[in-house]
Amino acid sequence: MIDVQNVSKRFGAVRALDGVTFAAGDGRITGLLGPNGAGKSTCLRILSTVIKPDGGRVRVGDTDLAAAPLVARRLLGVLPHGSGLYPQLTARENVEYYGRLHGLPEPLLKQRAEALIARLDLGAIADRKAKGFSQGEKTKVALARALVHEPQHLLLDEPTSGLDVMATRHLREWLRELRAQGRCVLLSSHVMQEVEALVDDLVIIAGGRVTLSGTPAELAQRYPGRSLEEIFVAAVSGAEHATT
Amino acid sequence: MIRTILTVCRKEILETARDRRTLFSLLLGPLLGPLLFVTIINVAVSRNLSGLDQPLDLPIVGAERAPNLIAFLNARGLHPAVSDVKDVDDAAAAVGRGTLDVAVVIDERYEKDFGTEHAARVTVIYDRSRSSAQSKIQRVHGTLEAYGQQIGALRLVANGVSPSLLRPLLVDDLDVSTPAGRSVLMLGVLTYFLLFATLTGGLHLAIDTTAGERERRSLEPLLTLPVTRASLLLGKMAATVCYMLVSLALTLAAFTVALKRVPLEQLGMSSSFDAATALATFGILCPFAPLGAALMTTVASFTKTYREAQTYLTFILLIPTLPLMFAALLNVEAELKLMWIPSLSQHLLITALIKAQPLNWAFVGISAASSLVLGVLLGWLAIRLYEREAILG
Repeated sequence: MIDVQNVSKRFGAVRALDGVTFAAGDGRITGLLGPNGAGKSTCLRILSTVIKPDGGRVRVGDTDLAAAPLVARRLLGVLPHGSGLYPQLTARENVEYYGRLHGLPEPLLKQRAEALIARLDLGAIADRKAKGFSQGEKTKVALARALVHEPQHLLLDEPTSGLDVMATRHLREWLRELRAQGRCVLLSSHVMQEVEALVDDLVIIAGGRVTLSGTPAELAQRYPGRSLEEIFVAAVSGAEHATT
Repeated sequence: MIRTILTVCRKEILETARDRRTLFSLLLGPLLGPLLFVTIINVAVSRNLSGLDQPLDLPIVGAERAPNLIAFLNARGLHPAVSDVKDVDDAAAAVGRGTLDVAVVIDERYEKDFGTEHAARVTVIYDRSRSSAQSKIQRVHGTLEAYGQQIGALRLVANGVSPSLLRPLLVDDLDVSTPAGRSVLMLGVLTYFLLFATLTGGLHLAIDTTAGERERRSLEPLLTLPVTRASLLLGKMAATVCYMLVSLALTLAAFTVALKRVPLEQLGMSSSFDAATALATFGILCPFAPLGAALMTTVASFTKTYREAQTYLTFILLIPTLPLMFAALLNVEAELKLMWIPSLSQHLLITALIKAQPLNWAFVGISAASSLVLGVLLGWLAIRLYEREAILG
């Protein structure tokens, strides 16, 4: 599981995160929701150890992020916003490159790449250069790349943006499959409809703070008669009033 | 760590090799430089040598007034040519228009003045700004001058005076420069080309390491892998150095082949640029590659986009050439303290190589050490910059 305790981060005069606390459990899909600029990406960047928080503590499984970032990275798979594939490498090479940097032995890494290519239906494009891929294909390859070291935790930054209906459906399927394997999946989004059917837990973040969290059922119970969309809007605009 | 560096290095080499545009520019640079160089030298040589021994048709106005002079000119390959030029003004107009390179007008009073105490006038009309006519002008001038001296000497002898009375000073030229030494003047530009080719070979990768990866959004996921940023950057710089050395090797090979086609001997020079010299030159320039790679990577890490990095690095490419200009202007010789300056030290060592002088191994050692030390320092700086959060842009 991922445990975030009172995490803060400033960029110059901008307070991007202000005491964020939440947890994402194993075998669950947790949605980090918020409007653009709410601090979702900063939060995911801290979780993926690319940047360091100014204050607070993050644990990934049993590992403290600040104390052992290299160990924590082995436990994390990251699907960045916009895939970030190498255009001159083939789908397979992109996946294998990350496996190699994760220190997987060569036979195991070939075998894993092959299995992921089969599972994600990438057979037809596996040996084509990534530069011609559609957004859906890129996301698939990036997902395969993030899973090559079989991480317990998966971080996805706006995974559905730019995907068409079918690709979005497939992505949901795979995320449910990862959940069924007992993995901890944390994804960010700024559109409630995209995730409300998928997530087990919701963390709504606005103005650098967690304004609301809980399961969809809990939230519906707490605000009877209001849709998740309406609850989201209220949670977000409340924070905006608070900051202004 | 070593495994990570090798993995990254191998991937960068592969990825760059697949990019046709980058590869094309990588190959074009090394081939274009020597080609340009050889073409320029060939043109210069043929200009300087053109028709030194060949007959030259020379428009002469009033040739009938000076049969002896004409005979003298004829004997030296300057043949009076038929032309519609009538006098000095005509000739000046024709030269001005560019229809003639040089013309000679023998004065109307030539016959009368010749043999008296008056000097007989011969006018040479030319345009000094026309570089293609230089050798013709000099030839006509020299031949006329020689005729005058010969006649003068004959007259003195006829009057019982030794012609050497008029030449109290005898100036003797004794040029001790070796043919190889003279060729250095021409080959001085060579190191410039070599340094330039070395740097441009790594340009793409040095930019791609930071600005390029950031622009393609591949930097962020890369930094989430369980490897240190130092090992990532070292792998990338290693690949950059590989491409720089390939570019250098190609340029050297092209020069070695191309310089065989240059008629340096005709200019009284000998080119000792054979395969062994090329190999030694490669060895001398090797330590410069890590320094260049670290420098370019460091500068590129400050920029936001590939294009911006390209703009800055074009200026950076000029930095190593500054000591060369300084060396050319002041005509510096290899000495110990200059060996501490990268690029200048390599330039001086390569110049010595081409002059076929024995290599000073202490100089070679200091040159390599200073470049490598500075390269390590800049590499360390590049790593520190790569570890900043701002690297994500």
